[in-house]
Order: sequence, then C-alpha cells, then structure tokens
Amino acid sequence: MYKNLRWKLLTIFAVLVVFGGLGVYPLVAQRYHLPLPGWVEAKMLKLGLDLKGGVHLEMRVNTDDALKITTTSVSERLRDAMKAAGAPDLNISVTSPTTFRVEGVPQANDSQFRASADEIAGENYDRNPLAGGAYEFRMRQSAERTLRNDAVEQAMQTIDRRVNALGVTEPSIARQSSGERLLVQMPGLTDVARAKEIIRSTAILEFRLVEAGPASKEDLLKQYNGTLPGDMEMLPGSGAESGQFYVVKKIATVTGQDLRVARPGLDENNQPAVLFELKSQGAVNFGKLSGENLGRYLAIILDNRVISAPRLEGRITDSGRISGGFTSESANDLALTLRSGALPASLTYLEERVVGPSLGADSVRAGVISSAVGLLLILIFIVWYYKLAGVNAVIALVFNLVILLGLMAYFGATMTLPGIAGFVLTMGMGVDSNVLIFERIKEELEAQRGVRASINAGFSRVFLTLLDTHVASLIAAAFLFQFGTGPIRGFATTLSIGLFVNLFTSIFVSKTLFELELSRRKTPSISI
Amino acid sequence: MRIFKNPNYDFVRWTWHALVLSWVIILAGGVYIWKNGIPKGVEFSGGTIVIVKFDQVPNLDRIRTALPDGANAIVQTYGPDTSREVMIRVPSAGAEAGASLSAQAEAVVASLNSAGLGPIAGTCSPQKPSNCLSGTEIVGPTVGRELTRRGILATVFALAGILVYIALRFRISFAVGAVIATIHDLLITLVFLAVFQYEMSLNVVAALLTITGYSMNDTIVIFDRVRENMRSMRRDDLATVINTAVNQMMDRTVITGGSTLLAVTALYFFGGEVLKGFAFTMIVGIITGTYSSVFIAAAIVLLWQRRSHRKAAPAAPVAPVAPAKKSTKRRAS
Repeated sequence: MYKNLRWKLLTIFAVLVVFGGLGVYPLVAQRYHLPLPGWVEAKMLKLGLDLKGGVHLEMRVNTDDALKITTTSVSERLRDAMKAAGAPDLNISVTSPTTFRVEGVPQANDSQFRASADEIAGENYDRNPLAGGAYEFRMRQSAERTLRNDAVEQAMQTIDRRVNALGVTEPSIARQSSGERLLVQMPGLTDVARAKEIIRSTAILEFRLVEAGPASKEDLLKQYNGTLPGDMEMLPGSGAESGQFYVVKKIATVTGQDLRVARPGLDENNQPAVLFELKSQGAVNFGKLSGENLGRYLAIILDNRVISAPRLEGRITDSGRISGGFTSESANDLALTLRSGALPASLTYLEERVVGPSLGADSVRAGVISSAVGLLLILIFIVWYYKLAGVNAVIALVFNLVILLGLMAYFGATMTLPGIAGFVLTMGMGVDSNVLIFERIKEELEAQRGVRASINAGFSRVFLTLLDTHVASLIAAAFLFQFGTGPIRGFATTLSIGLFVNLFTSIFVSKTLFELELSRRKTPSISI
Repeated sequence: MRIFKNPNYDFVRWTWHALVLSWVIILAGGVYIWKNGIPKGVEFSGGTIVIVKFDQVPNLDRIRTALPDGANAIVQTYGPDTSREVMIRVPSAGAEAGASLSAQAEAVVASLNSAGLGPIAGTCSPQKPSNCLSGTEIVGPTVGRELTRRGILATVFALAGILVYIALRFRISFAVGAVIATIHDLLITLVFLAVFQYEMSLNVVAALLTITGYSMNDTIVIFDRVRENMRSMRRDDLATVINTAVNQMMDRTVITGGSTLLAVTALYFFGGEVLKGFAFTMIVGIITGTYSSVFIAAAIVLLWQRRSHRKAAPAAPVAPVAPAKKSTKRRAS
C-alpha cells in the first residue's frame, strides 16, 4: 500500500462532504423539501437576474447636484451673516456647482467680509479677489472629491432603504467601479414603472415662508419691479395650482432631514395626505418659525415644487400634515420616499433590463440541459477511450463539479448564464488536464517504463504544464473580473474558482485514485 | 488505444501556407468589416429591445409596419416557435431624445396596441402568460461606449499579462508567438462573427475573452513539450523539435479540442437564443485556437529564432540553446 493513501482518501472524502453539503445538498433539499438549516440556506447559490427574472437598473448619480446645493447654502449663509452684521445685501451668484461669485462688497465692510468668509467658507473654498470689491470662491478639489463620494454613498443608502421598503426579497445595490454609477437589481419584481419612480424621486422636502403668490410669473415679477430680492426665489405650484407660481424664501428652516416619521393618512376633508412628525431640533425650529409668522403662509416644497401652502394658524411643533391632491397610492409612495430620506442628487437611468420570469426559466432549462448533454457526451467518450483510467477521470470531474458548486455557494456567487458557460469551460479544462496526464502515462508506458514509474512520471511531468496553463488563464480571468460588469464578472469568478479546483482534482484526486487501484493489485497493471 | 500511431507529419513545412491563409482571411474580413461594420448588440450601441409574448404570433410584417420607426427596427421571432415570442429592436433609447429611458419601449408597446395587435400590457408573470412583455432591455448611449472601452482594456491587459508570464517561464520568442497567435484567433473570430451577422453582446465578449484563454492554453501545452524536447534533442534543429512536439501531442490535441468542441456544439444547439452567439464564438475560437497554436505560434518562434541567429552570429550552430532549468531529468525515448 502506498504510504499516506489512507490520509489522502480521508482528505478527499472530507472535502467532498463539506462542499457537497454546502453546494449540492441545499439544491436537492430545496427541490425535495428536505430539512435545510437557516445558515445553509443563507449561503445558497443565488440565481442571477437573467435566470430568475426581475429588474436590473443602472443609473448615474448626478453628483453636481449635491455640490450645487452645498455651494448655494454656503453662499446664502455668507449673505445672512453679512446682513446680520449690518452690511447691505450682497450680490451673490452661483456660477457653477463648485464656484460662486460675490460682487459689490463695500470698502468699509471688506475686512469684516473676509472674516465671515473665512469662517463660513474658508475650510472648503479658495477665495480669489477680483477687481472692484468682487470675490470668486472655488471649492477645493479635496472637498469636491469627498462631497461627490459622500453623495454617491448617501444615494446608495437611500435607494437601499427605498428598495427594501418596496418589499423586494433580495435586492442588490452596488457601486460600479466608475464611481458615480449604481447598479440596482431587484429579482422577482414586476411593477417596474413604480419602482423606477420611487427610486428616482429625489424627495427633497422643505418648509419655507411664502412671500407672495400664488399668481402668474408676470404678476409676481411686477410686484417686485422686475427682479426678486437676492434671498428669494420663485417656484412653481403643483397639482391644482400648476401654472401658478410662488415667491418663497431661498433658505428653508425645516427640511426633510428633520423628519422622524412620515406615514400616509387622511386630511380634514378625508382626502389622502401624508402625516409627519419631527425630530427634536426640527420641532424647536418649526415652533419658532410658526410662532413668529402666525397668519402667514408656509410653502411645503417637494423637489422644488410647491405642493401646498397652508396658512399658519397656530404654533406647530412636532407634527404636521402635507395635503394637496394625493391619491392613496401616491400618498403612500411619498411617505415611503420621505421615510427613506432625500436623495442628495438626482439620478439618470442609463440602462434598464426587465427579464420576465418565463424567459429566465427557459434560459435556465436550456443552459442546464445543454451543459448536461455536453458533459455527458464527454464523459462517455472518456470512459470509452481510456477504460478504467477514464473512470478515474470521470470521478475527478464529478468531484470538480461538486467542489465548484460548494465554493460558489460559500462565496455567495450568483449564477448567471455566462456563469453556466464558465462551468462548461471549467469542465473542458478538467478534461484537458486528465487527457494530458493520461497521454503522458501512455508515452511513458510505450517507452517501456514500469507501471508505477509511468504513472508517477505522468503526473509530475504534466504538473508544470498544468501550472502554466492555469496561471495564464487566471491572469486572463483576473482582467475579466477587473474590467467586466455583471455577468462577465460572474463568468470570471466561476472560471477562477474552477481553475483552482481543477488543479486539486486533476492532480491530487486523480492520482490518489490511481494509487488506490495499484494498491489493490498484486502485480502492477493499468487499464488506460 | 491511440488515435494516431506514431504520427510524423511535417507541420513546419506548412508554415508559410498557413501564414498566407490567415492573412488572406484577416485582410478580406477587415475589408468586409470596414464596409459593413460589426453588428453591435444593444449593450454596445445603445437602444431598446422589447420581447413580446403573444397569444398567437402575428405576421412579422404587420408588427414592422405598426412601429413608428419600422424601417430601422429589427423584428424577429425569438426562441423556439412554441414560446410565441417576438423580439423587436429599435436602435434608439428614450434617453437620447431627452425623455426618460423607457420612453422608446413604451412607444413600441403603444404602437402595437394601436395597430390592434394587442392588447399588450405589463410584464409576463405566471398569472399572465401571454400578450405581455417577457423582457425589455434599454441601454443608453454612454453605457455602450464605456463597455467598449473596458472590453478593449481587459483584452490588452490580459494579453500583456500573459506575454510577461510566458516570457518569464519560457523565452521572449515564445511569449511573442503565443500572443500573436491569440491576437490572430481574436481577429479571425471577429471576422466570422461579422460575416455570419452575430451581434456583439456581453456574452460574445465573454466568449472572446475565453478563447483568449483557450488558445493560450493550447499554445502553452505545445510550447511546454517543445521546451522539454529542446533538452533531449540538442542535436536537432528547432523545426524538427517543434514537429516532434506537435506530433507527440496529436492525440491530446484531437481529444481535448474535439471534446470541448462537442460541449460547445451542444450549447449551440440546445442552449437557447441567449447563448447562441456565445456558443458560435466559442466554436470558431476553438478551431482557430487549435490551428494557430500549431501553425502560427510555433511558426513565429521558429522565424524569430532563425532571424536572431542570423543577426547575432551568422556562424553559430543551428541548435538552440536549452533554457536554464532546475530539473536535470532526461526524457526517456
């Protein structure tokens, strides 16, 4: 008996049990309703969207929006600070998402302006003096990078909350390597239009005081002699008031970030509405705002449209209501998006795929059947051609398949159509490894070597060749993974795992099987 | 059992014929592609695909005339006849017109409905097995550009990585031979894809990158034997060494190539519509990959060695120098 043979067999058996339990057992158990512990189920091989059906959305987060919001808010804070200090209203314009320009700073207030600017904008903006009391502020690159990154991260979390609220079972939200892109996959979802709407709605909620309106654009401008004061802006109304405009304060006292909860409900006329409660600081601010401005109108603004503008009848602190032409579904959706928080930036959809479950099921069947047919044909040929050694190869290949399935389940890989193709290919490489070894053994036997020596030489000589071919394929797979997206990555993953497994099965398992056969014979002989 | 009993074919003699044949195919294909272009799937060109599952498939011409942009649309039955599905593809995505991405898909469905081919509404589900959308795919223009860029980058880096690896493990001439052979396979496969009008899709790209691996695998196996023979056949010239190696590997080449071809052919016939392009690419790639590892890769090594010998030392012996190797085992022959 070969030394260590028992240990080798035990190792192979253990590996088979572990990976078979991880990969194959859950599939069988699910089909025949056998007991399935939760932690195994959690690690089960998932089916990709192309196989299961569902929605795949690729979108870009327009991070310029987030930069612009920051720049605007910094510039307005600067305006307020100067106003509070008694300086005349500054002429401020936001010229790009990262720059704003201040004109007409009086000579007398210059040093005070510089001090305020250092305090408010100094950390993130470079200040360049221009001629005639004007300044240009430009956001620093480091700040810009951080803001853009934060915007994408925050968008990702918000979308995650929204998708989860939609009741999708296993959504996946991933950031693409190109930074501003997000990939959202929602298996099993069918109401695409609604999902897209909910994901995309920015849901920036603001409460701002109304200065004038509702009225037509021209009438409002006339009230202000053609130009609005710097701290006000004009926003369109929505619903019954579309076409009408409001003049409102530029800065909001209370925003969606102050919300604690939002839920659908009814207003005093029994119409669908959204009820909300505020967090403590928001409640303080809201109380102050409503207490100081009794009798005035407060605009409830969603994504820069005035939803409604109720009159402040009394001090409101911690709860309120948004009404204004909702259906019960749209009130529901708004509450959902408000709860999940505002998107820091708008989204543009770049790619959209909807795979019906039937199309997916057909693909699975076709892919699995063709893989099985291909594999079976090869196995039959191998046994016919290599006889008993061929049986060894078949056992090694089956091990290969079992371990591969187990490892993929362990890594939480997703099975896609190209992934199945990767399986077929791995099997191809597995066959090649065995063929290389067997042909070499034959050559050695023809050269009149002994059986044992031939087998040893076959395995050890071919090992370097296999190492070279597998490393070269791994290099290719690594770049595929690096640059590929979705299904191509799945393919690269399958291939990489498969290459490692193949080295194990075709060298270690196959050789151990040969040793096992030899150890059972008195005179060494081989059927190949 | 052996397929070939002591084969002794003179492969190297066909080097020039093979090189000319390959160049003719690549150049003719290049002209064809230059004139007709490579058909691109939505992933690369951007556009809208709508797959409709009907109760009964209407005449495809009726669908085509119903479409707002019928002349530029591709309308074809999808999958087996029993699935009663029709694929409609229009080259533009809604986003180009400034509308939402899905505007174009909605327009297609609306025009089918208004032409009385419907009513088609909603995504297919087990409750709603027909007259529904069994799939839509909309890709905006920027995604395609990005994909093309990354596809090319992946290929270039993969080739460079393999070049370095083989140069380290063998010699630079082997590395160049292997990489040129792989580029050769990619080009020939592209030509076949274009001539047989298979669309460039992500699956096809996966297949193209796989044949890079396959072709390399094949080449390395042959090279490995050449390297081994160089040690045992010091007196013979490189052409003889290569010929011997290829002949020794004949059985393996036929069995491996044949069985992989078998698996991929099964995929081609039974793998369904989605995998057809993938399988076709693989079939062409495996055939050229096997051919090129013998006729192109080895030939380049031979030409390179001859040239460098002439250059370096005209009077030097023809026999190549064996690479330094740790193993000193001699091959029994």
